Amino acid sequence: MSDSPATAIPNQAHGAHNPALLHHFATVEQQRDSASLGMWIFLATEVMFFGGLFCAYLIYRRWYFGDFAAASKSIDAALGATNTAVLICSSLTVVLAIWAAQTSRRALLLVMLALTMLFGVTFLGVKGIEYKQKFDEHHVPGASFNFEHEEIPGRPGQYANPQHAQIFFALYFIMTGLHALHMIIGLGIFAWLFWMAWKARFTPDYHTPLEIGGLYWHFVDIVWIYLFPLLYLIDRHK
Amino acid sequence: MATAIAQPPAQPIERENYLNKHYGVGSWLLTTDHKRISLLYLMSITFFFFIGGFFALLIRLELLTPAGDLVQADTYNKLFTMHGMVMVFFFLIPSIPAVLGNFLVPMMIGAKDLAFPRVNLLSWYLYVIGGAMMLHCMLTGGVDTGWTFYTPFSTAFTNTKIVEAGLAIFVAGFSSILTGLNFIVTIHRMRCPGMTWSRLPLFIWAHYATSIIQILGTPVIAITIVLVAVERTLHLGIFDPKLGGDPLLFQHLFWFYSHPAVYIMILPSMGIMSEIIACFSRKRIFGYNFVAISSISIAVFGFLVWAHHMFVAGISLYAALMFSLLSYSVAVPSAVKVFNWTATLYKGSIRYDAPMLYAFGFLGLFTIGGLTGLFLAALGIDVHVTDTYFVVAHFHYIMVGGALMGYLGGMHFWWPKISGRLYPESWARLAALIVFIGFNLTFFPQFILGYVGMPRRYYQYPAEFQVLNVLSTAGATVLGVGYLLPMIYFLWSMRYGKPAPDNPWNAAGLEWQTQSPPTTFNFEKEPVVTWEAYNYEEIDAHLLNARPDQEAPRVG
Repeated sequence: MSDSPATAIPNQAHGAHNPALLHHFATVEQQRDSASLGMWIFLATEVMFFGGLFCAYLIYRRWYFGDFAAASKSIDAALGATNTAVLICSSLTVVLAIWAAQTSRRALLLVMLALTMLFGVTFLGVKGIEYKQKFDEHHVPGASFNFEHEEIPGRPGQYANPQHAQIFFALYFIMTGLHALHMIIGLGIFAWLFWMAWKARFTPDYHTPLEIGGLYWHFVDIVWIYLFPLLYLIDRHK
Repeated sequence: MATAIAQPPAQPIERENYLNKHYGVGSWLLTTDHKRISLLYLMSITFFFFIGGFFALLIRLELLTPAGDLVQADTYNKLFTMHGMVMVFFFLIPSIPAVLGNFLVPMMIGAKDLAFPRVNLLSWYLYVIGGAMMLHCMLTGGVDTGWTFYTPFSTAFTNTKIVEAGLAIFVAGFSSILTGLNFIVTIHRMRCPGMTWSRLPLFIWAHYATSIIQILGTPVIAITIVLVAVERTLHLGIFDPKLGGDPLLFQHLFWFYSHPAVYIMILPSMGIMSEIIACFSRKRIFGYNFVAISSISIAVFGFLVWAHHMFVAGISLYAALMFSLLSYSVAVPSAVKVFNWTATLYKGSIRYDAPMLYAFGFLGLFTIGGLTGLFLAALGIDVHVTDTYFVVAHFHYIMVGGALMGYLGGMHFWWPKISGRLYPESWARLAALIVFIGFNLTFFPQFILGYVGMPRRYYQYPAEFQVLNVLSTAGATVLGVGYLLPMIYFLWSMRYGKPAPDNPWNAAGLEWQTQSPPTTFNFEKEPVVTWEAYNYEEIDAHLLNARPDQEAPRVG
């Protein structure tokens, strides 16, 4: 039985003040499975949360394709591509961090967690530059929104309807804004994980917080993998 | 029978239990015990129930006469809006899951607590914060759009507190999501040895199905509220047709949650019915597997019927046909349940204790509510009765006649376990009778009113509708008494009620095999289940063999 050593180790390794076996679980295994299932279900909730936005996006993109393409073209795709690369790298460092914990490489674990946070902060920085551009161009929806005389890609002489473009930008800011909010929460989680790793709380037998924190981080990455082509790459080739 | 179940006299000193283990406000506000959190929820939702009830009372008083004399149109709009918002989001949705589910889900599967006790407490705090925001919103002006806050009226026209009410519902929604998440993980991971899926009480199956809707539906209304708030604050055109938006998209997103939300209210109630009917018929539930699976299929089908709220809103005829057909299909698992309950009653040794009276009330009222739902799923009739009192009567038969009757039945059934006290049985039976009569008197006339053409949400009406409206208002008064009574005698019983034995109903189920009220960790040692669910034949055989002076045997 793997149960008995698994039950014993965290109690010895972490003493009284630790997140290991809580009173209402029978085994560490049960506790880990519960935590992981809980995070998966939470992510299902998140999928539905973003799903409502994707649904709205797809409907308006179909209705106002030309306007959406024009609006999409005004966003700096190079910045978006950079951010995509940054996030893919961060997913790699998350996986390496978990591997480091599983193989008791504490120094590597700390480096990987720090790198993950660095990538996260880079992402938010690039996002900030992008928002600044949109702000300067008066592409933020609201009173000073301006999208006059923007040509629809592939249709010379035809201009986008500013009202419809404004719907695109509203969705752009809500979707990327919510995504950025998730990144900020993710950074908070990873700062906490870093602190736990600093205190040597993780062992090959107990690293559940890393796993479920990692699940969350990967989810946030995957949302971006969808957001990038949908928002930045509409009809770019024209 | 009475002799066979005689209990030893109550011990003079109360045993240690979850209620008397710790004292003080802090021990309640910082508790992670699912049973204490359940009581916190009980107090909060009861508070909101009476607020919502107060609005209902004012609505009925206004409708006593054809003229608008008690309140004017604007106030009336706010009254029915706040009644709906409070009752739906702050009473019905949390009612059974957060109170009885919270208390019973871990106990029924032999666990010490829910999988995430701190998340459970967080969900109560989210509910309280959302509730406080809603209270503040109501006290500073309220909302007048109807609980559905349809766009573009809610985003471009009304000057009431849409954003604040929306945020209140947003926050309370996360409380509901966390409860559902906790239940699913608990049911998957925390079952005691021997508690297989086919031995789970049907109450658990019902809560599992409810939780699926909570975690998959609630986030959609959350994001819809965000979009409404953004559109209203920044004057965008996401849903406003004048600015290129699509108001139907709002309705789709809204009903994608809000139709399944009805199943969040009724499914747990159905779970309670299975427990009560089996217990008071002394029979294994008829067709256990079908009843269990029907809960899941109601949850699944429930996600595919939302547009039947939009038949007159201008959706395509083909879509309407599909949604009409799918709406009919929900009737199948619902009917499976009703038929199986009645089959359970057949040749049972039925006892008419208070919980069973509520169960009988549920059976009749839910059936009427369900069948009139078929009227509304039929395209032709729906056009005729859309936005009339027929609809109002229909969903009150489900939400009040169904969900609330189930909630009250469950409260009576498990009160001895929750409080460790017995309530006065004759008062409880009287209250059940009053609720049943009051309910029918209130809402049956509304079917007729709607069918002959009285629209909902109007504060005046033609004089020929007065008789039925007076009947309805009289019924609401009776109903109000019926709801006050249980609150009074439950409170009374906490101090003066006779101490409850561990298993006053000789019911099956693990929750009855521990002391009343339970200890903090529910069971002295982890139970091991070796018997099937609802083994009433076995229990009664044990009881008959037991000598009168013996303690009632535990089963298993």
